[in-house]
This record gives sequence, C-alpha cells and structure tokens, in this order.
Amino acid sequence: MKNEFQVIADLIEKDKKVLDVGCADGTLMKFLKDNKNINIRGLEISKEKVQECIAKGLTVIEGNAEKDLKQFPDKSFDYVVLSQTLQAFLNPELVLDELLRVGKKAIVTIPNFGYWKVRFHLLFKGTMPITKTLPDEWYNTQNLHMCTIKDFFHFIKSKDIKIFKSLALNNLNKSTINQSNLGVKNLFADLGIFLIEK
Amino acid sequence: MNTEKNIKTLIVKKPLKLDCGKTIKDFPIAYETYGSLNSKKDNAILVFHALTGDQFVTGINPVTNKEGWWSYAVGPDKAIDTNKYFVICSNVIGGCMGSYGPSHKDPDQKIFGTNFPVITINDMVNAQYNLLDHFGIDKLFSITGGSMGGMQVLQFISNFPDKSKTVIPIATTSSHSAQNIAFNELGRQAITADSNWKDGNYTSNDTNPGKGLAVARMAAHITYLSKKGLQEKFGRKLQEREDLKFGFDADFQIESYLRYQGSVFVDRFDANSYLYITRAMDYFDLAKQFNGNLSEAFINTNAKFFIISFTSDWLYPTQENKDIVIALNSIGADVGFVEIESDKGHDSFLLDVPNFLSALKNFLDKSYEEN
Repeated sequence: MKNEFQVIADLIEKDKKVLDVGCADGTLMKFLKDNKNINIRGLEISKEKVQECIAKGLTVIEGNAEKDLKQFPDKSFDYVVLSQTLQAFLNPELVLDELLRVGKKAIVTIPNFGYWKVRFHLLFKGTMPITKTLPDEWYNTQNLHMCTIKDFFHFIKSKDIKIFKSLALNNLNKSTINQSNLGVKNLFADLGIFLIEK
Repeated sequence: MNTEKNIKTLIVKKPLKLDCGKTIKDFPIAYETYGSLNSKKDNAILVFHALTGDQFVTGINPVTNKEGWWSYAVGPDKAIDTNKYFVICSNVIGGCMGSYGPSHKDPDQKIFGTNFPVITINDMVNAQYNLLDHFGIDKLFSITGGSMGGMQVLQFISNFPDKSKTVIPIATTSSHSAQNIAFNELGRQAITADSNWKDGNYTSNDTNPGKGLAVARMAAHITYLSKKGLQEKFGRKLQEREDLKFGFDADFQIESYLRYQGSVFVDRFDANSYLYITRAMDYFDLAKQFNGNLSEAFINTNAKFFIISFTSDWLYPTQENKDIVIALNSIGADVGFVEIESDKGHDSFLLDVPNFLSALKNFLDKSYEEN
C-alpha cells in the first residue's frame, strides 16, 4: 500500500464510519476495514474498479462525486476521504463543499503543482510537467484544475474551513505544514494531505 | 396446464388477507429447491421470479422440458452456487405453475378465471413468507430477483426487515412507470380482444386466447431487448428467402423470431395469469405505501443491499434502480450499486453476461464469508 494511504489511515481512529470518494480498486478501504474496523463505503466512477472492490467484499457505489454525493445526508460519515482527485472535477469547490457537508471531517490529498520537479520541468523543458504523481500527458490527463499546496492552503483558509492537520509528503518523508514553512513545503513536497472540517 | 406430478406444493392453512380486501386460506404455493440447507440453516437464498418465470430456476424445467429461467446464474459453481447455498423459489400466487391462481377452482369447484381476487406484489411476498416457516428458517442469507422479482425483493425486506442478511434487487424499480403500465396494458388488451378469451371463462372448454396471449408476449419481448441488440442479431435479414415477397408473411427474421416467441409462450402460460401478474406489477408503488417516502420502506432493516442495473435496459433503466440506492443512502443503509455494461437490454439479467455474474457471485460469496 502506498505511503499516502498509510498517512491517511493514521489520521482515522478505529471503529469510525468512512466514505472513500474515488475509492479506485478499494486498497485503502480494505486496509481500513481489516485493520481499523472501519465501517467503510466507497464511491467510484470506473466500472472495472467497482468490480474489483466487489471482489474484495467492499461496499461500493458506482457513481460520480459531482452528482452523487448529494444523496448522502449531512454529517453521515465521521470521515470522507478524497485522494488526489479534487483537481479532476469540473467544479472542485462544489465537491469540497459536499465532502464537508457529508463528512464530519474530510481528508483531502492533492498532487502539488508547486513541487520543485514540476517547476523545473516547466522552466527548463518548457513542456507540461510529468512526474510520479502527475504521470499523464497534457492531452490525456484527467486533471482539469491543478493547484499547489500553497493555493489549496489559501483556498481553504478563505472559505473558513478549519484545518486540523496539514501534512507534506515527499516519498517516505512526512512533515507538518504551517503558515511559516508554507513556501518551503510547497517547493519540496509532491503531495499535500489535509484533515479539514467545516 | 400443469403436469402436477413434478410440482412440490405447500398448502398454506393460515388465512392471508389480500390488499384487495379478500382473504384466502388453504391455498397452494408451488415451490422448488436446489442445493441443501445446512445445519445452522443460514445458507438459504430466496429467489423471486419475474412476470413469466416460475419456480424452476435452473436445470431442466420438468413441465416445459427446457432450461430453467436462471440457469446461467444458479447451479453448482455458478454465481448463486448451489454447492454452497440452499436456493428456494416459488411460483407467485396468481401464476400458473401450481400456485394459487385463476386456473384453480373456487370453493364451488368452478374455475376462477377473472373471479380470482386481484393480487399485488405485497400479497405475493406475504404468501411466500410461509416458506420460511415450512423450512424452519429464521433468517435467509439472501433474497434476490430481477424485474418483477426485484420488486418482490424490495417488498419482502420492507415487510420482513430482519428476515434476510443480504438483499439483491436486479434490473427493477420501486414504482411502475407510466411507460411500464402502458406496455402491460397493451398486452392485456391483446388478450381480452381475442374472442376466445370469453371474459376469462375460456378454461371451461378447449379453446383459449392463444393469439392474444402471443401478441402480448411479442410486444413484451421487444421491451426486454435493446435496439442495438436487435439490430445486431437480426438487422434487416430475411427469413429463409432471397427477396421480399410483397405479402404479409414473415419476410424478416425479426418477425419470424417474435412469432416463434409468441407461439412457444402460449404453450406454457395462462392468459388470465398474464392479466393478474401484469396488474400486480402495475399496482406496485413502494413509496406510496410509505406516504411517498421510499426510504421509510427500509428504515427498519440492517440488511446489506446490492443493487444491479444494466446500461441498455430501457424498461427498468439505471436511474430507477439508482433511485432505490438514493433512498437507502439517505438513511445510511449499507448499499452497494453497480451498472453493468451490456447490449442485451432488460433481459441481461437472464443471460450470460460475465461481469454481472461475477459481481453477483463475488457479492454473495464475500458476504457469506463474513457471516
């Protein structure tokens, strides 16, 4: 399981009710179910991935977060997880609002467009960056609204969203992001992980 | 119509009050079982059949000598694995494969015909509930069925919220739409317009409204298939001829196919049963039973739901299945949902659609492991 999922799992206490939005093949869901006795549900748009989840014995709903989150009642989950998908929605702000409505807390991770490798790629090669967390070409990427850790940090502050924890991840190194080290983390982390609440 | 020797029957002594207000008692429910009930009695799956189905789910149907209607899904090592599970299916009341229906006799020994009480999906599942007592099963492992079978699944868990661990409605709806009612009415009009129907009293002599019933079946059969599926299978191919004949014989293969479907159907199905069962489907509106709030139908159950729809099903389209998912999510129920890609239309659930069958198998087997 990738390090990002381990960090997410560490943020969630045992026996909670969790919704994994864009749960893909259910790797994180399965880990949470087996290791933390989490009452876990998934929402996934890909039919193939939904089948993989079913084969793992996971409860998953085939659907699109932009349309299908609205069916869940307010604060019906302890945590709602969204891993590296926010930038792929037509309207990320609306999805973020929905995550915070449905979940008492939300865990959102974003691939950092401010990461130094991304900046170097664009600066020296002059082409759209391709990195481990941004593996696709500009013409076939799912990503519509790339942002940096700094962008996201300012964005949630401006929306009066409470930040419980903000973590910078670079390979296996995990560190805390705060107002004073934001510039540095924005340069050296390829992933930001935010535990938030509204 | 029935060769009774091959039909297992439970006589329900307990009176059953029907939605129409009448009460029936000492009535037969014809059933079949597959696999064996384990000692803990926790491996039973109650399967509900669709409009023209019967209790003979899999293997050779002893009455028609044809494969059972869900042979692709039910049997040893299949999605519903009879090596593992005990599968029970019964003919719905109002039907014509041994359960109490319009071809039975009334207390005065006169064939009911249209004097049989109008029945509902609710009446069907209340009647079938008696099978649990019969087998001494306190809680089923699962209930499942497609189309009208799915409606019975929804009604059953609503009526008996703690009687099944898992619930699998397939290609169904919680409320018959105007289009659904319209197609059923077309079928009923075809039957009642047949001069042999005689207000439903045809069973007293040798004639029966076979032509009307065949037309009803032909019209319904079109609704079970997709436009793409039909086009790919038949297109404009001609039936055993080089060119058009400038007449009204079956020039096209699709015409010949539909005529065949109609003709074999009348050999195994009773026209009055067709009227009664389509009526039960049309009356089905689960939300209405709960003042318009579908979620209320499921408020008392902790069962795990898995809902399946098919992309090319325009009779009970994905959205109608999703409405059930939405109602369940809004009360925090445990519900999974998948839409299976298939060109085979509503009939997909009866056919060899590998992604459907593997999803069904995985859901059942994984849920059973957690038992």
